[in-house]
Amino acid sequence: MLPVLQVGPLAIQLPGLLLLAGVWLGASLVEKQAPRLKIPAAALNNMIFLALVLGLISARLWYALRYLSVYLENPLSLLALNPTTLAPAEGALTGMLAALIYAQRKRLPLWGTLDALAPGLAAFSLAVGFSHLASGDAFGAPADLPWSIELWGARRHPSQIYEILLAGLVFAVILEARLHAPFPGFLFLGWMVLTAASRLSLEAFRGDSVVVLGAVRLAQLISLGLLLAALLGLHLRARQTVRHPS
Amino acid sequence: MKSLVNDWVARPGRWFPVMAVTLGLGLAWVWASAVPAAATTGGLIPSPREGFLAPDFTLELLGGGEVTLSELRGKGVVINLWASWCPPCRAEMPAIQRVYEKSKGRGLEVLAVNTTFQDSERAAAGFIQELGLTFPVPLDRTGAVSRQYQLRALPSTFFVDRKGIIRKVIIGGPMSEATIQTAVEEILEEGG
Repeated sequence: MLPVLQVGPLAIQLPGLLLLAGVWLGASLVEKQAPRLKIPAAALNNMIFLALVLGLISARLWYALRYLSVYLENPLSLLALNPTTLAPAEGALTGMLAALIYAQRKRLPLWGTLDALAPGLAAFSLAVGFSHLASGDAFGAPADLPWSIELWGARRHPSQIYEILLAGLVFAVILEARLHAPFPGFLFLGWMVLTAASRLSLEAFRGDSVVVLGAVRLAQLISLGLLLAALLGLHLRARQTVRHPS
Repeated sequence: MKSLVNDWVARPGRWFPVMAVTLGLGLAWVWASAVPAAATTGGLIPSPREGFLAPDFTLELLGGGEVTLSELRGKGVVINLWASWCPPCRAEMPAIQRVYEKSKGRGLEVLAVNTTFQDSERAAAGFIQELGLTFPVPLDRTGAVSRQYQLRALPSTFFVDRKGIIRKVIIGGPMSEATIQTAVEEILEEGG
């Protein structure tokens, strides 16, 4: 765990830096997919940029809305460079909505665009794993194994290492599958299947799960749902390709 | 090999058995990895991070007396680690003071832990007087509390709810008044 990298007088927050590197790597990978999928690279880039910027701004605004009276007294705090005063889920949804609207206006093909995003998303997931390793977030359940690590007051599963290994594997598979996808949508839905399956398996070793119904890990239920939805998507895409071969 | 894979995945009917097997295995795995709710909430283990119990300490106060964190259960507690020579600490103290004055009636306590082992009591006292701060200032003379809280950068601020669980950690500063106030709202409402 190395949350703060001290370079002279600068205290660099390593987890954030790693996420930023993930965004950059992901975006440049997406751009490279454009010619093969016959999508204008500029439109794709603009879409990602728009989603990121609007996502970030709206995450702060949604947060401020929760504590409206505080921000009305100190409106300048809207500009504070503090990542803890963001509403991440609401921001992400707003960013995605913005991307969707932009894609429709530019008449980008839905499945082709999603396929172009898949390698970038896989690269970003890998960066998230490294960021968790740096911050010690997404930590493992207490366990006494030869490869356990000492973290947050207990010997635990090195869940961040598991996450990096599986995300690396998914990334490699997606890069390879890119070259022989049988129909549009295959790559994105395949990424969704692999990522949901990873979370479903790895959540079992986490020590910070949200538990519902007395004993069930919520993230596993959501992952299983998404996994089945992606498989259904693959079925539907395959059926459409059989009926209307392009 | 390539066309074999392509043929396989391109047949729509092939996906139904895959879905059935996934559903079966998935549910079995969810069942196998189920845990009692108490096992995953880090709340019972003391550790200086979100979701965990705030590590307990007893320290002498500047100007006499002492304070024990666990005796403040029922109140929301802001623990701010600072030093008199740290400019961002100086910059955020007036905002902490304003939030303290505004919210102490609703059960807010502020412990501005001076990292005395790397500061001096005299400088700390001068700093408090100069800025007109009225909350208690525990003195970490040995550095034990800074180690307990894995102090990495000054200032570091821990927002502890009424049950003694850390709800937010802000490393570095200065924090704006709105940042402090919203975090205080979170710890005062949870378990309130």
